[in-house]
Amino acid sequence: MCVAPRGNAVRHAQRVLDSLHRFFDGDIWYSFKQSRVTVTAAVVTAVLVLSALFAPLISLQDPFDPAALDLMDAFTPPVWAADGSWEFPLGTDNQGRDLYSAILYGSRLSLLIGFASVVFALTIGVGLGLVAGYLGGAVDAVIMRIADVQISFPGILIALLIDGVARAVLPNERHDELVVYVLILAIGLSQWVQFARTVRGSTMVERNKEYVLAARVIGVSRPRIMLRHILPNVMGPVLVIATVSLAVAILTEATLSFLGVGVPPTQPSLGTLIRIGQDFLFSGEWWIVIFPGATLAVLVLAANLLGDWLRDAFNPKLR
Amino acid sequence: MVALVIRRSIQSVVVMLVVALLAFTLFRYVGDPVAMMVGQDTSLVERAALREKLGLNDPVPLQFARFVVNTAQGQFGISYQIGRPVAELLVERMPATLELSLVAALFALFIGIPMGVYTALNPKKWLSTVFLTISLIGISLPTFLIGILLILLFGVVLGWLPTFGRGEVVQLGWWTTGFLTASGWKSLLMPAFTLGMFQLTLIMRLVRSEMLEVLLTDYIKFARARGLSNRAVNFGHALKNTLVPVITITGLQLGSIIAFAIITETVFQWPGMGLLFIQAISLVDIPIMSAYLVLIAMFFVVINLIVDILYHVVDPRLRVDVRGAQG
Repeated sequence: MCVAPRGNAVRHAQRVLDSLHRFFDGDIWYSFKQSRVTVTAAVVTAVLVLSALFAPLISLQDPFDPAALDLMDAFTPPVWAADGSWEFPLGTDNQGRDLYSAILYGSRLSLLIGFASVVFALTIGVGLGLVAGYLGGAVDAVIMRIADVQISFPGILIALLIDGVARAVLPNERHDELVVYVLILAIGLSQWVQFARTVRGSTMVERNKEYVLAARVIGVSRPRIMLRHILPNVMGPVLVIATVSLAVAILTEATLSFLGVGVPPTQPSLGTLIRIGQDFLFSGEWWIVIFPGATLAVLVLAANLLGDWLRDAFNPKLR
Repeated sequence: MVALVIRRSIQSVVVMLVVALLAFTLFRYVGDPVAMMVGQDTSLVERAALREKLGLNDPVPLQFARFVVNTAQGQFGISYQIGRPVAELLVERMPATLELSLVAALFALFIGIPMGVYTALNPKKWLSTVFLTISLIGISLPTFLIGILLILLFGVVLGWLPTFGRGEVVQLGWWTTGFLTASGWKSLLMPAFTLGMFQLTLIMRLVRSEMLEVLLTDYIKFARARGLSNRAVNFGHALKNTLVPVITITGLQLGSIIAFAIITETVFQWPGMGLLFIQAISLVDIPIMSAYLVLIAMFFVVINLIVDILYHVVDPRLRVDVRGAQG
């Protein structure tokens, strides 16, 4: 596209400001402010996301760098215990890795995989849903049959299976560097169905409205109708599903890593840290499990609460 | 009704064939089956002979047909890592998984339904708030974390319960059961609780929302107007209609329990099929992977089929058009 003229940019900024104003005056923002639980959940999520984002700045060491770790520091308890030290506020794991830094980097990895797989699932799901809903007929039948079959299996099983196949297909030595992409693919593919079903439903309603008819009459191409005209009108519920999916995706990643078929222990995610910690429960090193576990639980709980609230806020029946 | 059963059965068969195709592709094209089975020092001639014996030189459709026939007879080939027939391994592990899943499902049902009913009937009481909070935590805490916390509390700190394995088991024919010994039951407690917790919260929330909806309907109001006792209205009228969707969802969840058992079994080193499958994935033991895939898919397909048919039997509204046609 060409460079937009200055006037255009100003007008665009004005429009964004206007819609922001409308948002803060509207009932969604009002209902958000009313629910103390939701505000807390949002703040907690923001803090966790930000600290994950700025992990290199606020961490004490780079837990992914083997050279920074000293085995002599292994199994240091948290700072308030008898032989804890401020050097490792939450203690260390079996490698001498500072848990506080490892949790920051681990949630970074967990969030990255979670977000990316939701975006992936959303793209496939919304795309197929639009096509199925708009075109109907045989295309619709095929897509929805596949969706029907997939939805009768739990997502974790599908993700596990795709992960297992990828593990078998890829050469062993390259597995560690590709694992993040494999996980995004596996988790994303296990979640597209819900997006597709919802979008298909709303597309079938929108398809028959007059603005679509008008667009068709003036000869707008099919892809353009779907993407520019219908898509913006079916995105509302998609956002709600995306929030809930994020919680599920983070959980799935943690579960796969815990089962030992996810992120390797050299660059641990939250699930991997918990897996490492489980081996040392019996010798009394409880902190290796508890701190990453608590972080994971809080993260998922906050995302679930936000999703619950969004679902109610976007549901006109409940207003 | 007959048409429905036939149509759904055909659908199930198609799904199973697709799954079988997946499993076959996995077995045939991921890695070389011959290289996986023989040692380093096997000569090329011997390898070629094994290839011929396994039928890997036949046309692919023929191989697939043979795979389907073998699988249908329960012959899943030989495990690469363990070197024993996969069917034998699965049969050995199946009782552990099924006993665990059964107890977890019963636990979820018999605790979840009363909790749901209570929260629907007494939405304002503090105990309802407690139940709802528990359910939110149950949904947000990952299964494996619940298991680990239980191990930490009851296994390590208090030392009351064993933290891994099935305890003593009794052999009944080919079935091994942990139900007959005290140590078997003790070992079962934590895994079953862990596995059932998620389903419990699901069932509780479902019963609650269904019950709340049913309580607003006219026939409940009418029942109250007739002066029936609270108990008769709540349990005789309302609960009965609440249970239809609960039965369906629970049926469908039965499959997920078996799938989620993978996680629980890993946490507690429970010697079931799930643990076998996870070990197979990390060792790339493809015959076990594809066999587990087929078996689990079969569980799901059969359960879905039964639930679908039951749904039509239980819910008269779905039969309206059929009866209309009959007169």
